[in-house]
Amino acid sequence: MKAAHFDYHAPRTLVQALDLLSTLENARVLAGGQSLMPMLNLRLGGFDHLIDLGHVAELSAIEKESGAYKIGAMVRQREIEKFEGFEKNVPLLYQAIRYVGHQQTRNRGTIGGSICHLDPSAELPLVALTMDARLEVASTRGMRQIEFKDFFSSLLSSVLSPDEILTRIYMPVSHERDCCVFLEFSRRPADFAIASVAVVLRLDEHEKIQHLKIGIGGLGPSAVRLYEFEQKFKGQFWSETMLSELQSHIKTLPGEGDLDNTAEYRNTLAQVLVKRALTKAFQMNKNPLYG
Amino acid sequence: MAKHQIELRVNENTYSRTVDSALNLVDFLRNELGLKGTHIGCEHGVCGACTVLVDQKTVRACLMLAVQAQGMHVQTIESIANADGSLSEIQLKMKEHHGLQCGFCTPGVVMTIKELMAESKGLALSEAQVRTALSGNLCRCTGYQGMVDAALDLINHSLAQ
Repeated sequence: MKAAHFDYHAPRTLVQALDLLSTLENARVLAGGQSLMPMLNLRLGGFDHLIDLGHVAELSAIEKESGAYKIGAMVRQREIEKFEGFEKNVPLLYQAIRYVGHQQTRNRGTIGGSICHLDPSAELPLVALTMDARLEVASTRGMRQIEFKDFFSSLLSSVLSPDEILTRIYMPVSHERDCCVFLEFSRRPADFAIASVAVVLRLDEHEKIQHLKIGIGGLGPSAVRLYEFEQKFKGQFWSETMLSELQSHIKTLPGEGDLDNTAEYRNTLAQVLVKRALTKAFQMNKNPLYG
Repeated sequence: MAKHQIELRVNENTYSRTVDSALNLVDFLRNELGLKGTHIGCEHGVCGACTVLVDQKTVRACLMLAVQAQGMHVQTIESIANADGSLSEIQLKMKEHHGLQCGFCTPGVVMTIKELMAESKGLALSEAQVRTALSGNLCRCTGYQGMVDAALDLINHSLAQ
């Protein structure tokens, strides 16, 4: 199908974009268009105005600050894929970006668009959650920062006010001893993930767990972190009991199924992926060249 | 409904047109410029039939607005044959390896292979890399082997010479 009528606006600066967004009725921000355009074409949503951020150059830069990369919301996914430095400094993002859509959609799709769209099976929100990313948002009223863990409100919706635009993502640099693993399962490469898991693991000199983060995507309306267990396992040696504990916990997580994949199937996949991801992370720790 | 004046380069020609806000790039190419080589499949970015190059990068022309192509260089399947109308290397390899059957997905496949050739920058590609690149183009006839062979032959064979 074709999209219903709308008026297109192409502001050149963030200030112009924010002005348009605060004054136009029923307006929507257009980033890379790889989720919004399909929705418009399928008439799953309709807007009177689209405000294209594609010409707002100030949102397209990647800068390194102390301890974090400041990634403009309009940085294309393909640029992230090729950006030198992420492989070493943000390995989780480096691994995950290859699972995002196809080459043809990553050429247009942006990090900010994917994070705001908040698809339950999307990779970038899971990475942002697991990396404890922070978001910078702007409106004509000013700027504010939001921890990504506080960003989700309900299915496909964030806590952004209607007049706010996501401007930058602060993606922390990983510790050099962090072992980061991103895994997902889909029926075909580049399909939507049925379940996905992100793990960050750091061991101390005695091989005890010093730092652990586990994120799971694809079960419910948003990705989840297993904070309780991340804390609980700190300072301990890894054991098979921990894995059973994690898997028993995952079993209790609420989930939703669809026509193709039942909630139970997604949940089982998440349990398997957690095992695989942790196993791989521990192997990487033993042999940094692994993976 | 708002109208926009756009000027863009498509293949070797420059065009100036007035377009509606909601007109997508593939409809613009087909209906405004008469370039019917680019096909429309699903219209929601899944099938890859409408893949064209915009500033040397593959995009889904059903997910991009014509107005967004202002000032850009769009390359379609019509730019692939040699200037004298004879088949170019990429077409010859597709033919030789039976890389197509009904031809509906072929324009998108060829544009993806063109990007892959440019991005391989003289390095040999594995079959897995070619398959990953082509995973965004659905083909219901061939089972993909032919087009994968064509791309591998095209990219890796030229290296040997």
